[in-house]
Amino acid sequence: MIAAAAEALVRDLAGLAEGEDRFRDEVTLLIPRDRLLDALARARDAGFAALTDLTAVDRLPQEPRFEVVYLLTNYAAQARLRLKVRLDADGAVAPSAASVHPGANWLEREVFDMFGIRFSGHPGLTRILMPDDWEGHPLRKDFPLVEEPVDFVGHTPKVPSAIIPTTPRTPPTPPR
Amino acid sequence: MSEFSRETLVLNMGPHHPSTHGVLRLVLELEGEIILRTDPIIGYLHTGFEKEMETRTYHQNIVFPPRIEYLATMIEEHAYVLAVEKLLGVRAPERAETLRIILSELSRIASHLVWLGTSAIDVNVTSMLMYCFNDRERIMDIFEMVSGQRMMHGYMRVGGLQWDVPEGFVLRVRSFADDLPGRLDEYERLLTDNLIWRERTEGIAVLSSGDALRYGCTGPIARGSGVNYDVRKAFPYGGYEAYDFDVPLGARGDSFSRYTVRMEEMRQSRRIILQALDRLRDGPVMLDDRKVALPPRPELVRSMEAVIHQFKLVSEGFHPPVGEVYSAVESPRGEKGYYLVSDGGNRPVRARVRSPSFNNLQALPVMIFRNTVSDVVVAIASIDIVLGDVDR
Repeated sequence: MIAAAAEALVRDLAGLAEGEDRFRDEVTLLIPRDRLLDALARARDAGFAALTDLTAVDRLPQEPRFEVVYLLTNYAAQARLRLKVRLDADGAVAPSAASVHPGANWLEREVFDMFGIRFSGHPGLTRILMPDDWEGHPLRKDFPLVEEPVDFVGHTPKVPSAIIPTTPRTPPTPPR
Repeated sequence: MSEFSRETLVLNMGPHHPSTHGVLRLVLELEGEIILRTDPIIGYLHTGFEKEMETRTYHQNIVFPPRIEYLATMIEEHAYVLAVEKLLGVRAPERAETLRIILSELSRIASHLVWLGTSAIDVNVTSMLMYCFNDRERIMDIFEMVSGQRMMHGYMRVGGLQWDVPEGFVLRVRSFADDLPGRLDEYERLLTDNLIWRERTEGIAVLSSGDALRYGCTGPIARGSGVNYDVRKAFPYGGYEAYDFDVPLGARGDSFSRYTVRMEEMRQSRRIILQALDRLRDGPVMLDDRKVALPPRPELVRSMEAVIHQFKLVSEGFHPPVGEVYSAVESPRGEKGYYLVSDGGNRPVRARVRSPSFNNLQALPVMIFRNTVSDVVVAIASIDIVLGDVDR
């Protein structure tokens, strides 16, 4: 069941959102990039004051390629709401939420480090987990995961991810 | 005041200071002994778990959570399997849920005991560590008894548990729960009335409730500052809604408040364990859904269908529907969440670990602003930091 406070906020932000997605009692609002800060500030003032998580998803073959995901929590009303911004591969720049939520500072640095998504207006957008001279952004789908095969005498076992092949996408099944 | 006293000094602390509880580096800007600016530098323990989880099936990924955060291992596994169960839309049987809660709360006590021992050592109360580790060892023994492993259990499964607990489990847990209050009283006598402990923690590393909220702090850090947020109460998961327990809150937001909150949390965890032991009924510990759970072994010799299901699950894994879920649990450090994105395949497209230590550490510069250098160690200890969880 989606909490009443989340439903109220969804109605409140309806004018800013361009789409809505519901799955397993969670509601996600698609927000255009230029209205994101407005939506975050309005959510904060409506009681969704905690930015629990900020992350990104790389959907490589698809366009737009990146999704930046903001998870907001209202502690008092026990409600959550997810906001999502879609970004194209070239010019992947989102407005920085650090002015609304100071806690977004490190989270945005992590997204920049891992996905190469830039945040305009961020106080200091540098790498946070990887070394400063690292090339590439590890969580991008086109960044290879290098696995070292173990050499035994006369036998080289498969690397872990080759043991179970990735099965093709199955057609969407309706939620049970 | 002479001109010289206004000069600032940049001091590098770490990456391997003995009291940093992991590989953390701090760049401090000091005016005399007073800290003006702190710049935590993290990433030394970054191992790329999130990337690796994208290349393995949902079931294979169960090994990663306890390695991300190695002090509260059962809670980590609980967090991950709950997220996958939410994605699949299934729920574990009642006995499995009750056992998971017992193990999670034992894990919480074990983690808090490590915190208590190590942070006491940081302020020179050296006798605490061995007392705490002695008690923690009893919990480790229980974990070894049920899973065969002290720390990296891999005991929880999507849809239940690997196998049922062995005989004698309830007795061992009950005997530990019986001894715990006496031990905690003893520790409190050692610390709460200890002048050194009080002087080193009271009024140190103060975090206001507003800052705790703004920086996304959760767990005992936020509750020590009076933010009433416990995932077990706000978003009950895995059967927690049926249990009666209190959420202790601190008023002053200093290191001492966090200490009192954690001590009380251990008592509340014991309360939950005792209630769970009373509720424990015989029954299956694994889901009866052949699309998710492996068929029981005796069935394999009788049923061709069971063999096919076994083969499909082992060689390919299950396929959750297209969608994305976020599922969180209350870890000893705060809100531990998994955000899983599925495209209908047998591997997650994205597995994001929302780690509480990352957000809590971000508040460190605010906490120790205008404190002295010697308090940095106390502040880090009071955050109860696990660098593996920060860096993932």
